[in-house]
Amino acid sequence: MSFDLPSPDAGLRDPNLAEAERLMTVCNSCRYCEGLCAVFPAMELRRAWSDGDLQYLANLCHSCGACYHDCQFSPPHEFDVNVPAVLAKVRNDSYEAHAWPGALRPLFRRHGAALAIGVALAAALFLAGFIAAGDPGALWSAHRSPDLFYALMPHSAMVGLFGAAFLWMLLAVFMGARSFWKATGTPVDGLALGRAGHDAATLRYLDGGGMGCMNDDDQPDDNRRLWHHFTFYGFLLCLASTSVATVYHYVLDRPAPYPLWDLPKILGTLGGVGLVIGPIGLLRAKAKRLPDLLDPRFRSMEVGFLAILLLTGASGLALMALRSTPLLGPMLALHLGAVLALFLSMPYGKFVHGLYRYLALARWRREDPSRG
Amino acid sequence: MWDVLVAGGGNAALCAAIAARRAGRSVLVVEAAPKFYRGGNTRHTRNMRCAHDAATDTLSGPYPEAEFLDDLMRVTQGNTTPELAQMMIRESKDMLGWIQEQGVRFQPSLGGTLSLGRTNSFFLGGGRSMLNALYRTAEGLGVEVRYEAEVVGLDLDGPRLRAAMVRQGDREERIEARAFVAACGGFESNFEWLKEGWGERAENFLIRGTPYNRGTVTKMLIEGGVMQIGDPTQCHAVAIDARAPRYDGGIITRLDCVVFGIVVNADAQRFYDEGEDIWPKRYAIWGRLVADQPGQIAWIVFDAPNLERFMPSLFPAISAPTIPELAEKLGLDPAALDATLSEFNAAVVGGRPFDHTELDGNRTQGLAIEKTNWAQRIETAPFYAYPVRPGITFTYLGVKVDAQARMVMADGTPSKNLFAAGEIMAGNVLGQGYAAGIGMTIGAVFGRIAGTEAANVV
Repeated sequence: MSFDLPSPDAGLRDPNLAEAERLMTVCNSCRYCEGLCAVFPAMELRRAWSDGDLQYLANLCHSCGACYHDCQFSPPHEFDVNVPAVLAKVRNDSYEAHAWPGALRPLFRRHGAALAIGVALAAALFLAGFIAAGDPGALWSAHRSPDLFYALMPHSAMVGLFGAAFLWMLLAVFMGARSFWKATGTPVDGLALGRAGHDAATLRYLDGGGMGCMNDDDQPDDNRRLWHHFTFYGFLLCLASTSVATVYHYVLDRPAPYPLWDLPKILGTLGGVGLVIGPIGLLRAKAKRLPDLLDPRFRSMEVGFLAILLLTGASGLALMALRSTPLLGPMLALHLGAVLALFLSMPYGKFVHGLYRYLALARWRREDPSRG
Repeated sequence: MWDVLVAGGGNAALCAAIAARRAGRSVLVVEAAPKFYRGGNTRHTRNMRCAHDAATDTLSGPYPEAEFLDDLMRVTQGNTTPELAQMMIRESKDMLGWIQEQGVRFQPSLGGTLSLGRTNSFFLGGGRSMLNALYRTAEGLGVEVRYEAEVVGLDLDGPRLRAAMVRQGDREERIEARAFVAACGGFESNFEWLKEGWGERAENFLIRGTPYNRGTVTKMLIEGGVMQIGDPTQCHAVAIDARAPRYDGGIITRLDCVVFGIVVNADAQRFYDEGEDIWPKRYAIWGRLVADQPGQIAWIVFDAPNLERFMPSLFPAISAPTIPELAEKLGLDPAALDATLSEFNAAVVGGRPFDHTELDGNRTQGLAIEKTNWAQRIETAPFYAYPVRPGITFTYLGVKVDAQARMVMADGTPSKNLFAAGEIMAGNVLGQGYAAGIGMTIGAVFGRIAGTEAANVV
């Protein structure tokens, strides 16, 4: 008897969505994985999945890998059930599909190249600006000036430039998230948003169903959750450092530089350390990851985001270490270039995963049937 | 020379290997399947039935030994070995803790299986997850595992094994061991053997699990003088989707929608009361019923309101706006199917609220074969059908064992160093019938005992 796996919408739907639908049909008939994470119980609430439903499930998936190793039908079985890889594809497609403005969507798949060019260009422009705007030789002597950085670039110019980049980033990310939510969301309440915040902050579902994630084989020995915490909280600490410094500057009239023991310095140093350790751990985990579980189309985006975070953290720490040497100027140009490239690239790269996943978690927390 | 040689790679084999290794013995596991397919039918399981005196995090209430024994006596209709059954049920209580100490994790019962929430412990992540945990533990303890290593010969000195011939690729190796545990499943993937019991009908059977359960070791043991139990017609057969692959379609090809409509054979005729009993009993009889029909195929036919009343399965139902059109799609005689449907609809008495979770008393009146519960007119388009064939889950024929999991020779004397666990000896406890999760209980309990006793031989 010939054997054909059913795929009801094959040919009508985007191939990745059609494959995701086929897998959800298989998984919904089995349900053995329902205790591993939120994806499977969310799947079970329906028998047919719209494009938005599949994007929602894809963004609920944290790619822990447990279901791949637990599945009796994963490759080389003829049913070819590879949920982490297929949901990774749908998830990456969803980042691209909802990005705003649409003309910039190609940046996702050329993220690494775009970042490299962006950093180089921005750093070069900062250097050129320092040289053109400052006194002759200021680039190499700013470390002796009482104004330090501001001898090279006035505070108001820095705030104006980075403020504008930051606002643009917020707008673009908001527009993307709004499109994503329109496609995938349902009305949620404060309770769901709060619980989802907790799930996101603790990476509740990045634990392989309780025993740890799987990466290169079925040993639950992966530390991605730890590395991700370093990265995420490092990023938040850096943001907090900048925010506190802004308050110091405008409210308390205490301009930089700050001493080592002061809050912006402590937050920034800890954050910088997190942004170095975390991305290195995640890059190493990614290098070891079972190739079956990856979406090679978006490798540049995934590696690029980690690389720019690492560069931001490392150049920030280096700037602090070298602030009293003639390298202050060039290092400042590199650091500012990295930060600017990071901000501008955020809506068109892996950064959006945090927001989309949070929104998916919020929907799950709202529709979870076991919710009291 | 190994202390203990274990043939097989599923739950029973690994429990035996771990128990023997924990007793300090050197243990070699030879698994005929490649690594991905290791573990035979354990890959497709999802729970284990163990007695317990109180509710736990994952079990909703107590399941006393006496109740377990009652359940076993009921499903086997007394066709069991009472001492072994009682011993196994007693040991199953301790198994709940022991198996978790080996790394296996439990969760509350899965969606759609609430009826098992009190009695059965569900594996978090399913059977393959459970198996992966056992392998991690066994290998961590120093058990050696070889894949694609099939036992192709036994060097027996009467009731004692001297060595086994193991084939890996083109290489055949004689492996000596002080004790031998046969935990390598049944023979359901061996169509020649199935045909000895079923004749050519077996050609149309589908095997729900591994293609590696060929019964090679069982056959060699019986030919070597070990007592056989059961006969080759005995197997657990359910009706599964006829479109499933010949092997390893697993749980997702099952269909549990018999109660919602009627079941017709290739002549478009009904052949059994679809309302006889509730799940899981009805689940286990339809495989045999379909095996007795022409071509070993049948179709479950129902109408629109019922489509989402049962667990979804892999393949979509075949649908059509009218019964004759549906018959065309199924390759049945349209007039005959239409006549069967009309006759059935005219005979439906109904009148009570439809409730598929209990015998609801909605019956037909005046048919040669009545439907005694859940009879409802099949009248709302579109109409649906699932083709079904017998799906063989496991076989009962095997080797006789005693309470030490020691094989018994044909003359009734115990063997010296031959042990068996799991499906190869399940018939000692489960002479017929089935209760969810009991195969895993047999495998784990007898596996652990076999490993412990094999360690004592040395």
